[in-house]
Amino acid sequence: MFPYLPISSEDEKEMLKTIGKNSIEELFEVIPKEVRLNRPLNLGKPMSELEVRKRLGSYADENKNLSQLVSFLGAGVYDHYIPSVVKHIISRSEFYTAYTPYQPEISQGTLQAIFEYQTMITNLTGMEVTNASMYDGASACAEAAMMACDATKRKSIIVSKTVNPETRKVLKTYMHFKEVEVVEIEDADGVTDIEKLKEVIGPNTAAVIVQYPNFFGIIENLQEIEKITHEQKAMLITYVHPIPLGILKSPGEIGADIAVGDGQSLGNGLHYGGPYLGFLATTQKLLRRMPGRIVGQTKDVDGKRGFVLTLQAREQHIRREKATSNICSNHSLNALTAAVYLATIGKKGIKEVAYQCLQKAHYAYTVLTESGKYKPAFNKPFFMEFALKTDKDVAEINKKLLEEGILGGYDLQRDYEKYKNVMLLAFTEKRTKEEIDRLKSLLEVM
Amino acid sequence: MLKEYESLIFELSKEGKKAYTLPPLDVEEKPLEDMLPKEMLREKEVDLPEVSEVDVIRHYTLLSQKNYGVDIGFYPLGSCTMKYNPKINEDMASLPGFTELHPYQPEETVQGALKLMYELEKALCEITGMDRFSLHPAAGAHGELTGLMIIKAYHEHRNDKKRKKIIVPDSAHGTNPASAAVAGFDVIEIKSNKEGAIDLEALKAVLNDEVAGLMLTNPSTLGLFEENIVEIARLVHEAGGLLYYDGANLNAIMGISRPGDMGFDVVHLNLHKTFSTPHGGGGPGSGPVGVKKELADFLPVPTVEEKDGRYFLDYDRPLSIGKVRSFYGNFNVMIKAYSYILTMGAEGLKRASELAVLNANYLKEKLKGYYKVAVDKTCMHEFVLAGLAEKSGDVRTLDVAKRLIDYGFHPPTIYFPLIVEEALMIEPTETETKETLDAFAETLIKIAKEAKENPELLKEAPHNTPVRRLDEVLAARNPVIRWTK
Amino acid sequence: MKVLEGLYYSKDHEWVKVEGDKVYIGITDYAQHSLGNIVYVELPEVGSELSAGDVLGVVESVKAASDVYTPVDIKVLEVNNSLVEDPSLINNDPYGSWMVIAELKDKSQLDKLMKADEYRKFLEEE
Repeated sequence: MFPYLPISSEDEKEMLKTIGKNSIEELFEVIPKEVRLNRPLNLGKPMSELEVRKRLGSYADENKNLSQLVSFLGAGVYDHYIPSVVKHIISRSEFYTAYTPYQPEISQGTLQAIFEYQTMITNLTGMEVTNASMYDGASACAEAAMMACDATKRKSIIVSKTVNPETRKVLKTYMHFKEVEVVEIEDADGVTDIEKLKEVIGPNTAAVIVQYPNFFGIIENLQEIEKITHEQKAMLITYVHPIPLGILKSPGEIGADIAVGDGQSLGNGLHYGGPYLGFLATTQKLLRRMPGRIVGQTKDVDGKRGFVLTLQAREQHIRREKATSNICSNHSLNALTAAVYLATIGKKGIKEVAYQCLQKAHYAYTVLTESGKYKPAFNKPFFMEFALKTDKDVAEINKKLLEEGILGGYDLQRDYEKYKNVMLLAFTEKRTKEEIDRLKSLLEVM
Repeated sequence: MLKEYESLIFELSKEGKKAYTLPPLDVEEKPLEDMLPKEMLREKEVDLPEVSEVDVIRHYTLLSQKNYGVDIGFYPLGSCTMKYNPKINEDMASLPGFTELHPYQPEETVQGALKLMYELEKALCEITGMDRFSLHPAAGAHGELTGLMIIKAYHEHRNDKKRKKIIVPDSAHGTNPASAAVAGFDVIEIKSNKEGAIDLEALKAVLNDEVAGLMLTNPSTLGLFEENIVEIARLVHEAGGLLYYDGANLNAIMGISRPGDMGFDVVHLNLHKTFSTPHGGGGPGSGPVGVKKELADFLPVPTVEEKDGRYFLDYDRPLSIGKVRSFYGNFNVMIKAYSYILTMGAEGLKRASELAVLNANYLKEKLKGYYKVAVDKTCMHEFVLAGLAEKSGDVRTLDVAKRLIDYGFHPPTIYFPLIVEEALMIEPTETETKETLDAFAETLIKIAKEAKENPELLKEAPHNTPVRRLDEVLAARNPVIRWTK
Repeated sequence: MKVLEGLYYSKDHEWVKVEGDKVYIGITDYAQHSLGNIVYVELPEVGSELSAGDVLGVVESVKAASDVYTPVDIKVLEVNNSLVEDPSLINNDPYGSWMVIAELKDKSQLDKLMKADEYRKFLEEE
């Protein structure tokens, strides 16, 4: 007997009798012989819980994790502190063992939590509407681009090279298959080259995508980009990092048509790349073009407030090939995580977390550039990440730092040929002055 | 339910309350205006709740009690494979050695993670009879999209650029045609035969040199094994198309039959269905895509490779369709699926499928006579009922489903597949006891009687839930999708 | 199911009312009934020129969505925005709820549409 297979052999006999079969094999007689597997799967014997724990525990031990290392690595994924309450709430099996809330009467927990999540995301981004979440920031950005093409009936997307490289790669894949052109704009001193943008934008441009703060941590002049974009009746899509929005002007205030981003920072942890949380928020005008599930408020037969999945006629199970997107499952539990995180840190906390990241990064900037050995790669206002230029190979520096228990910065050469020997360092509220000073002293002697 | 609870977290908010603490800032503080341009600062604070930690815990705990999950009871949601989510899986996925890994860490610091992904890929290949898998896709629909992109890239690479059509049966999941459209294909829908299977003549009529492929679920959405699968594969391949397997229903055939051996070229799986990872109230899932070796070069980058006992990420794949998401997939979900595969082993996975099929046939047999069976044949892991055997007033499938809630069961999938009227799609899975199945059958039989004797009981159900039937028309006509003061 | 005399009907359940060179187009009682409570209506832009068979608009209920096609070649002169504000008007009075007033390009196309009694027969067979 297996622990999750509770049918006993006696049960089995009785059940077969009810069905009128002599054996379980008879149930599978409908499968043509030539496609039956006539051997056991080559997968090994079943393992006890203790054996599984030992095996996978040993795999986990083979990794060096961030509770053992001091991390200055960001580049889109950030090591923020996650309050204890988050894990306790999302570990409740009423939440995590439920399916999509198709039966609202017994899914009010999920539905209300998502409604609250939607409220928090719209408030954070300053947008009017949002969906119940998507896979990750990168795919949400690709979906936003499809939305813009659909709404403007145009087939060209401009994306700044200061947008996260992972995101741009995903965007290019989606657009290639949709037969939409993607035009990338080089950066000038770490920000979108406005002159180039003016050159390439035109009546075929469906949207301009910029990141805020950008991949190098810099706050770009979005007001100007907004003007240029809207003059051409194209849409402005901002790919945003949610934490700095505690302090920075929201995409809504800037005049963005769609704000997308990754909610990894909102309590979702690192998990070697996933699952994270894609969010997509937009204007009331574009509500019906938004992909994905949406939770709405309504009343029950007794007049009591309740929540349901709404505007479903946009979705694949009704519209099929005419749907706004093919997305079905979202990242509901990650949206819940973000909601619990945002409820926990609250109005003051989102500001304080952002403020601490900002201050720590600026302190680090001052001390790390003091001696002149490491120079700022760009001369622009930044938030919690900045790039440093050295005369050494970043991989070499990082190797030495790792020996000292430090996870070094992101090697920009991975994605930008012109930024050789440039490392991107990230500072969250978790980093201390002591750790930053230690990073400095280690870097100085390299 | 301990008490009625109706507040939104925002309604608990009171100025000055807080639920978090942070250490005091330990670096020299700079004035904000020295760091950031003034015009880029937020003028108004973000309107988030101000609550205490106790408020947060009570609020979400009370919300959780308004939810129904697999840990509470029977969840026979057809097509969704709501099997038990083993707790060891959750524990393994919470090990700091897995959770606290940054995706850009050097490969030498994540060998255990890469090894797990590598071995999971091998296991999925063996279970499905495919040659390579990509673990990137985040969900089933995302897997479909990725698989279809691979099909398109394959034809384009062969310079066969006319192939712009994907055939989808009318019984298919809605994601199939939607994914085909997003991948840039035109969709041809073909009618199924009375048993929900592919109508060979209808298929032949649409096959030509413009067809890129056919998407199929086997067992079908009616829970029946596609008996002509070999012939279907031959026809599609002869026409130069490829065969796509929607793995939503793999739970019926593990260790018994493999999509790869049936002739499928591309498959996607749902780790959150077949491989016991939880659905999370609608994700995160994981939708790995497997291919035959002719298509392996087109898989998304990076793949996980091994050389001399060292694992690494391979980005050097020039024919790859590119990236379909950031990083390498929903790693946390993969851990749970692999933990499940290790626990079950070859023998356990096969036994799981056998019992899933036994349970479905048993329930079908018990309900026959009280409900119409869409196709009364030996089914696989699920079966479809076509409403009550005896019509009673205006009682509909929806009412039967809602009445089940009163008796503590999660209703089956309803009104799907679209080709069956008043459909109730029941998938019991293998993790249920005979006693549960019996109780469920007895309840449905009782409801059939109630429909005759006291239809109002059904029309007004559910009776004792936190909210009763909700006005979906109101929600859609005047969408309120965020809270405002 | 109500079918009004004097209107033209399409197989997709649109009705056309002719007034001089102008036509009024809407969806039939049968169409509104099979959709159920309509929650959303999308209309074309004034001035758009559409050929018979082109999508004129969209009507959605909670569980279904349906494209509305123009049965004849038209230039849209006026759209009925009150339907956008209150989609239930179509449920309450499908023949009073015109979606567009348009210029009729080719009168002969009306011959291909059904008259009331033909449409009644068509519905019986549906």
